[in-house]
Amino acid sequence: MNYRSQKSLTYNPSLSRNIGNKALNIISAIFAIISVLPLILVISYVLIKGGSYINLDTLILEPEPPGDDLLSAGGIGPAIIGTFVMTLIASIISIPIGVGGGIYLAEYSKSGKFAKFIRFGSNVLAGIPSIIAGVFIYAIIVSTKILFGSMFSGIAGGFSLSILMLPTIIKTTDEALKLVPDNLRRAGFGVGASKFTMISNITLPAAFSSISTGILLALARASGETAPLIFTALFSRYYITSFEDIFYEMGSLSVLIYNFALEPYESQNQLAWAASFILVVVLLSLNILSRWINTLGAFSKNKV
Amino acid sequence: MDKATRSKFLLKTRPTSEKLVDIGFKNIVVAMASMVAVILFCIFAVVYYESTESISRYGLRFLFSSAWNPVTDEYGAFTAIYGTLFTSIASLLIAVPLGVGTAIFITENIIPKYIRDVIGIMVELLAAIPSVVLGLWAVFIMEPFIRPFFNIIYEIFGFIPFFSTQPLGGGMMPAILILVIMILPIITSISKDSLNQVPSKLRQAAYGIGASRWTTIFKVIIPAAISGITGGALLALGRAMGETMAVTMIIGNSNNFSWSIFAPSYTISSMLANQFGEADGSQVSSLMYAALILMILTLMVNVFAQWMVKKLSLKYQ
Repeated sequence: MNYRSQKSLTYNPSLSRNIGNKALNIISAIFAIISVLPLILVISYVLIKGGSYINLDTLILEPEPPGDDLLSAGGIGPAIIGTFVMTLIASIISIPIGVGGGIYLAEYSKSGKFAKFIRFGSNVLAGIPSIIAGVFIYAIIVSTKILFGSMFSGIAGGFSLSILMLPTIIKTTDEALKLVPDNLRRAGFGVGASKFTMISNITLPAAFSSISTGILLALARASGETAPLIFTALFSRYYITSFEDIFYEMGSLSVLIYNFALEPYESQNQLAWAASFILVVVLLSLNILSRWINTLGAFSKNKV
Repeated sequence: MDKATRSKFLLKTRPTSEKLVDIGFKNIVVAMASMVAVILFCIFAVVYYESTESISRYGLRFLFSSAWNPVTDEYGAFTAIYGTLFTSIASLLIAVPLGVGTAIFITENIIPKYIRDVIGIMVELLAAIPSVVLGLWAVFIMEPFIRPFFNIIYEIFGFIPFFSTQPLGGGMMPAILILVIMILPIITSISKDSLNQVPSKLRQAAYGIGASRWTTIFKVIIPAAISGITGGALLALGRAMGETMAVTMIIGNSNNFSWSIFAPSYTISSMLANQFGEADGSQVSSLMYAALILMILTLMVNVFAQWMVKKLSLKYQ
């Protein structure tokens, strides 16, 4: 073998193709760093700046009206409860409908025309801007006072959040049930189970962990949403004390952040940072929890 | 078969109650699935119905007028429509190279897998941060930090209409940057999925005939995954158009039309967020008209995106 051909078999870093490769490797690495940078910056600012304003008073007090007291702006207690209550209302509405719709798509009509239409519809619904959900609920519930004469109310806020949760839950239920092997279904029918028994005792339990992942992700998305709430639930500085309070204005963490971030007072801004801290910590834990649950599933995508 | 055995088998019919439960359950889930269609239809019907007054009064003139005056009752959404389209398309142009580059970086074996997995998870967690928190961060941290750089651009290139306003707080450019952050995770994760779906045979064939890594990526892998990547970009465009809170907090909310990217502006969704709470009379109807335009825009983009994504999954399965 002569010298030339031997040389062409070894790696030569000065070749133009190798230089080009190196350069592009570095460029793509820089792009990846730029993409990750905002997350690191946002999270560290929220955790450090927001975390420094967290104490017992901030967590339980009611927020003061802006400008009333320049030193202390009160706390975010009612907003935490409000976010929880409205997300709960949204879940009560959207989880049964979403799981039921997903069951229909996966178990009754896998590729029928109607199922295709519903799948398409839920994708379209998922793409509708969240503020449109607020506009819609404003038009049918708030401005018509259809719910016992209440206008801006926690329950209207819950309804608008449920519109945002619905498509995610339908889609994940549908996909989770489709991953359950058909053998299990045939075995169920083979021993004489009715379709309802088969679904409730075999396929739903088998897909349970993937479905809960989807529900948790939908919950996480809904509890961080602001746009649908600013003119359905509005905002309130007070704790809810009785069941009837859900028919009145209700505060939430996200609307508190929006309102108080735009106030000129330092103490209000600090409260907004504290609320972001709580919101981000809860949402990130929900996300990580849902990832963990998904890995437990018997029929998660990685295992089938 | 004697009578006793036969009656034993006859007993094995399903009890009526179980049949009723079965039929009832099916009808319930059908009704639940139909809810999606009902809600979707209702949203369109309600928004259209509420905006009929404005539609009949202004017609298409609404799209090209930037008057927005509740006192004289004159409304036009040109500034908001331009703002929506400009911010979303500009943010897409920045986010697509970044997102696709990141997706390539985490699907190629340039660095060890666990680091790539961490990067992938971090980008996806970015999607979990609520937009109002990003808005808060943009208002207090990002915008003050980046304003001096904008000022330099303004001083050097101020004669170009696009940079002709002095940056003073909220404006279109900070809104574009925050939109880039918000749509990056969508583009990255969908591009990653479509790059992963490209069969490894294609890559091996390219390596086999002596193509280098990046020749393979540009000439084989990306063309094979292009419809998925385009679909992801379109979904991100739809998201950017409808994005409300972060944009409302940083765009400056002004209905005065300006070519400058440093000037305060409006998007349809920020206009809705700002004015809907205290609007009444024909202003509500005009806002609904704007909402209808936003819905039609996002609907078109989303349907097209779904069609694109479907094209890829037909190709390689």
